[in-house]
Amino acid sequence: MRLSRAHELWRRFLNMASLALTGICAIVVMAPVFVILAYLVVNGIRSLNIEFLTSLPKSPGETGGGMANAIVGSFYMVGLALMLSLPVGVGAGVYLAEFGRTRYAHVVRFMADVLNGVPSIVIGVSVWALLVVPMRSFSALAGGVALSFIMIPMIARTTEEMVRAVPNVLREASLGLGATYARTMWSVVLPAARGGIVTGVMLALARVFGEAAPLLFTALGNRFWNLYLDRPMANLPTQIYEYAKSPYEDWHRQAWAAALVLIIVVLVLNIIARVSTRERYRALR
Amino acid sequence: MGRAADASAGVQVRRRGEGVTFWSDRLFRTVVVTCASVLGLLLLFFAYELWQSSTLSVRTFGWQFWVSREWDPVRERFGALPFIWGTLVTSIAALVIAVPLSLGTAIFIAEVAPRWLRQPVSFVVELLAAIPSVVYGLWGMFVMVPWLREHVQKPLVERFGHIPLFAGPAVGVSMMAAILVLAVMIIPYITAVSREVILAVPQAQREASYSLGATKWETIRRVVLRYARVGILGAVILGYGRAVGETMAVTMVIGNRPDMTLSLLQPGYTMASVIANEFTEATSPLYLSALTEIGLLLFAITLLINALARLLVWRVSRGEVRY
Repeated sequence: MRLSRAHELWRRFLNMASLALTGICAIVVMAPVFVILAYLVVNGIRSLNIEFLTSLPKSPGETGGGMANAIVGSFYMVGLALMLSLPVGVGAGVYLAEFGRTRYAHVVRFMADVLNGVPSIVIGVSVWALLVVPMRSFSALAGGVALSFIMIPMIARTTEEMVRAVPNVLREASLGLGATYARTMWSVVLPAARGGIVTGVMLALARVFGEAAPLLFTALGNRFWNLYLDRPMANLPTQIYEYAKSPYEDWHRQAWAAALVLIIVVLVLNIIARVSTRERYRALR
Repeated sequence: MGRAADASAGVQVRRRGEGVTFWSDRLFRTVVVTCASVLGLLLLFFAYELWQSSTLSVRTFGWQFWVSREWDPVRERFGALPFIWGTLVTSIAALVIAVPLSLGTAIFIAEVAPRWLRQPVSFVVELLAAIPSVVYGLWGMFVMVPWLREHVQKPLVERFGHIPLFAGPAVGVSMMAAILVLAVMIIPYITAVSREVILAVPQAQREASYSLGATKWETIRRVVLRYARVGILGAVILGYGRAVGETMAVTMVIGNRPDMTLSLLQPGYTMASVIANEFTEATSPLYLSALTEIGLLLFAITLLINALARLLVWRVSRGEVRY
């Protein structure tokens, strides 16, 4: 069958048009990143100052004050979440990588992936029932635990991939020297996978640092300083939410500043993660 | 886990030498198995706590809870239908916007863009996923919502106000605002997974198509997308799961009103946002219990969605896809 010249031209046109359309899709998808970042920088810098970073919130309606306690609180609870989730997450990841072919491992891997999709607000409600109700108080501990539940499956899955990527010759060399299996894992395989695991942990930290939903009714928020585990604690994400909802102009201004601080921390964590992965891959090549 | 399990456990374990087991190895194994079990226990724990906390509401309202449109905290009459409706409408509409854009972007990154451009574009798209939900909400509230009201909703109401879908008044905070924010937020997830699935299509498939004289677009549409369709479906379902559970940004732009309306310009409410918005204000046990029951349903739905998506994506990555 001979195809007509017109049909040929039409196919070429369709090819060009469709490929161009995919490029337009990419531009449309990328645009919000730049728009949102631009608004954050412009509105945030205008309100970001020393007072914001170093002082406590003022009473509702008063101008001035800052979010020092929320900034510290965010780092505090994310640090707590890291301490709780790192050992468990890495352990689970090592299990998945090293004993990954058993039926049980398949079930665990499946559960880790499903856990990754559980909405963080649901995790917040569960931890509220677990810790806030029996302790009769919102607490920093509950906030940290809620965040750690988000991090555990994330860390488990990245650790699995990184441990799996360690070449078998390393294991064989160590075992050949007479090291026990546990020793091999601890002294050879885990150090070799460390860079990748750190990357995964950084990305998990970046994710939970911005999470407000699981903290709304676990850590709650606090207008004052608190470093006790069993009391409500201020944090940036929920503070942004509260301030944005409020009717006060000055609080809106501070919400933008807080969002700028938040995004800077999140982006720095992301970029460190990416740069360290790139170096690692280069080293492997 | 006895010897039999060990023998089938994997290469590394067998390599260690049959019959020799050090106590440290046993300890190591016990520790990592325990860590792994925590993942399963977490799921059970979420289910248990949610179920436990919502029994009061389940006993009081029974099935009525899911079909009642009434949400009246003062008289303690609770029905979840408006929230289910809001979640369905916003998530499905967000998907309709996000899927074509994500697929186009994934195709652009995997097939069309010159090699040097792929990494930067992927990076920027992934940044969309890195922006915290509450920041989307803040931006949506103060920038997008006023803009939508003035430049989109008012003209829509003027011209198409008689259609229920665009019934006025234009108030800004609306299902439409939630849908747009949701679409932007799920795009990076759908794009990333689709890109991986498309990249996993064997090169021979493309070459066979080219050798038959197909253009690049024809190859993409008829060969690559066809081969990758199960995985892409998985990616879409995964994105849908995100849309259903997304909380903060939606809460901040949807207006939080428990009405069931057809109009995209009117405020609505979703399951996640009612929990976020009312949980700390809920004073009575029944109120809290009703909110927890909504959480339980949300948990169950996202569990099913994610399980389905995972199974689909796994089938592809293990190369079990057949036509």
